[in-house]
Amino acid sequence: MSIVVKIEEKLYQNRYIVDESRPHIRIRSEAECKSCTSQACTVCCPAACYSKNEAGTVTLVTDGCLECGTCRVICQDKENIQWDYPRGGYGISYKFG
Amino acid sequence: MVEKFDAIVIGAGPSGNAAAYTLAKQGLSVLQLERGEYPGAKNVQGGIMYAAELEKIIPDFRDDCPTERHIIEQRIWLLGDDNYIGTNYRSDAFNTETPNRYTIIRANIDKWFSEKIRAAGGLQICETTVTELIHDAAGKVIGVRTDREGGEIHADVVIMADGVNALLAKRSGYQKELAPENVALAVKEILFIDPELIQQRFGLKGDEGVVIEIMGKVTKGMVGTAFLYTNKESLTIGIGCLISDFKQGSVPPYKMLEDLKNHPVIKPLIEGAEMKEYAAHMIPEGGYKAVPQLYGDGWMVVGDAAHFNNAAHREGSNLAMASGRMAAETVIELKTAGKPFSAANLAAYKARLDDSFVMKDLKKYRNLPGIMHENKQFFGAYPDTLTAAAHNWFTVDSVDKRTKEKEIMKSFVKKRSVLGLVGDAIKLVRAVR
Repeated sequence: MSIVVKIEEKLYQNRYIVDESRPHIRIRSEAECKSCTSQACTVCCPAACYSKNEAGTVTLVTDGCLECGTCRVICQDKENIQWDYPRGGYGISYKFG
Repeated sequence: MVEKFDAIVIGAGPSGNAAAYTLAKQGLSVLQLERGEYPGAKNVQGGIMYAAELEKIIPDFRDDCPTERHIIEQRIWLLGDDNYIGTNYRSDAFNTETPNRYTIIRANIDKWFSEKIRAAGGLQICETTVTELIHDAAGKVIGVRTDREGGEIHADVVIMADGVNALLAKRSGYQKELAPENVALAVKEILFIDPELIQQRFGLKGDEGVVIEIMGKVTKGMVGTAFLYTNKESLTIGIGCLISDFKQGSVPPYKMLEDLKNHPVIKPLIEGAEMKEYAAHMIPEGGYKAVPQLYGDGWMVVGDAAHFNNAAHREGSNLAMASGRMAAETVIELKTAGKPFSAANLAAYKARLDDSFVMKDLKKYRNLPGIMHENKQFFGAYPDTLTAAAHNWFTVDSVDKRTKEKEIMKSFVKKRSVLGLVGDAIKLVRAVR
């Protein structure tokens, strides 16, 4: 039994107030991502914000971010993720939580 | 002129709300800051709410608190690939005027609680992220800086109720980053469905509710659990595992959730329901040994930010509310006595916690997180062996019962060896006694 999951369809149900061109999370160094053997952020992020790219590094798009903090925790040894909350009022806005 | 309050509470979750309400009700000037669009916008819970702690803070909460269903049945299921083995406890005695446990939709509760705080005289400002604590030359916390213009606000004491990430305590050097083995990532969905279908599928009437706690193959050998709760017009389903395990694995959390939803035992229960929201949140799982420094000059930390979560019993919001209340009571006591909010005086907060179920329960299970983390067989080998044993035992064929018993025993020994089985039993008993 292999089920294909479309994360976009899940995130589509959520309400976001996007802070245009002010991402609250940044990757500090692309070179660090390239040398990372696991690139575990691309597996662990519950909103699939991180994806492997052709250059062998990681692309981050924070629009669907659920602000959980998992990426920061898994990348703490490399300290390659600069993680902050969005500005007040922006980001995920749970209707039910 | 910088505004000054008796107390600033950061965050409008259960711990922050408990603290802000308790302070406001005693007439202290309290400012509560919340980064979300409205109270609850950033909060996630399964969720089950335990009445006792809320009742201590708002005795008549049942009059208007928007709870979902009161729980009359608790199921604990161990899922195999296409089966489950489990225990249920259901009692009509849970149908009382003052139920002990309710399912809730978190945002509804947070909004309700916030209205109570405002009615009690607390000032609440949303859409405001606190960026850092302000210290004086001696290192005492004297206020907070926010992302609003001119966003510096002072207070005699700051209560950090900013949740599991606890960024402010980390930035001030009061806490270290969360260890991946001390924190779980949980994902959940809310599925709306005709209430009549909920009543039929779970055998319920009125506002009666069922909660199912799930372990087994669905976490794919990782340390984790899942759940399915009944709300009034919806079901919540979720699954969570330690981040250290997700990190080593190759299964994304949403894939794990989707597999759970399609499990042959679960699927018929949620069939036809419409998904309306997908949420993710970290859960502090490190227990007693992961509890950080809880107070200092001019500050205290409460709730998830203080790692107050009893993973073994799936209790969190009650520990959060208890810690928020105790922090507030400590503030009220010092204020009444005219004493400063020094670290030495705020140690009274820790003493209250130590004397309560919060620290007593965390201490009781202090070795459990480590044992679960180091003994994956509880999440991999055992579910398979147990369900296979049940399948063998309940299949009536021409094999005599003694032979069946031998087969079952052999299957356990094959998986774990006799010493392994005995060792596991000892480990478990030591961890929970």
